[in-house]
Amino acid sequence: MKLSILSALNTERAARRAVIVVTDVESGVQRLVKAADVANDPLADTLKARLRSGKSGMAETGEGRVFLTVHVPPPRLVAIGAVHISQALAPMARLLGYDVTVVDPRTAFATPERFPDVPLIAEWPDVALPPLNVDHYTAFVALTHDPKIDDPALLHAFERGCFYIGALGSKKTHGRRVDRLKGQGVSDADLARIHAPIGLSIGAISPPEIAVAIMGEITATLRQEPRQSPDARR
Amino acid sequence: MDLLARDEEILKTAEGWRRDGKGVALATVVETWGSAPRPVGSNLVIDEEGNFLGSVSGGCVEGAVVAEAIDVIEDGKPKMLEFGVADDTAWKVGLSCGGTIRVYVEKVD
Repeated sequence: MKLSILSALNTERAARRAVIVVTDVESGVQRLVKAADVANDPLADTLKARLRSGKSGMAETGEGRVFLTVHVPPPRLVAIGAVHISQALAPMARLLGYDVTVVDPRTAFATPERFPDVPLIAEWPDVALPPLNVDHYTAFVALTHDPKIDDPALLHAFERGCFYIGALGSKKTHGRRVDRLKGQGVSDADLARIHAPIGLSIGAISPPEIAVAIMGEITATLRQEPRQSPDARR
Repeated sequence: MDLLARDEEILKTAEGWRRDGKGVALATVVETWGSAPRPVGSNLVIDEEGNFLGSVSGGCVEGAVVAEAIDVIEDGKPKMLEFGVADDTAWKVGLSCGGTIRVYVEKVD
């Protein structure tokens, strides 16, 4: 791999832009295709499919047998609510490879003592979320139980096309949430994207168990449903 | 050795080592059959002294890949390596999980 390709690859990854490296494993000839340039590439169809799946692999192409290294941005987790569950969720998500950010305007909750080493923003969602550049490769969970905080955050998650959106609360609580969001003009399609009650049904009781259920559900969504590239969504 | 290093750390390390003037090789899992310990696309970066970061097999065959990578750094030609349970006569190492993996090793130049 030429240093120039490696360097461009690292630049794209740092900017959270998808990129594919095409390698002829016989000759070693290699090129880097940025997501924005995929449509103009001779292998456009193959590369588009790879961006959607996020999976690297060998491919038979008009150019011969090539290896496609697919780099999609590392997943992120944005948790609304510096609550007990988030205290367990943050280190768990980091272990699973997620960049984690916790948002909670309630300064009694959002303290570095409760969240050592986790980026913590003690602001309301309308202030905290826009600079985060929440994107399709982001899992978004609303955990405060407070509609004043969770509802605007969820609106932001719909708008940004997060691959996973979950909200804490019983079926009854969620029913009320759906009514409120409908009243704000949220579409049925967007409402259907909320995982609620949040997490896999594993009988979780304690906050760490609920965190396991949530990370299990996020993992299932990431790995089992076809991923769409951001340009395919908009 | 840090087998849990994230992809971006591995690739940044590869770039950093090269910019520091070291000979560097990048190993990538390109195919797997059966139960392979690390998915296709997993990277291991190796320098000319045998220092490495990342993982192609969760520890089973890293030693052999590192040795081959040092050759690749010397002669500049990419190599395709294959490891599996049946290969222990060739490589003296194999995958205890019973899978087979193919690893592409290339020089960073």
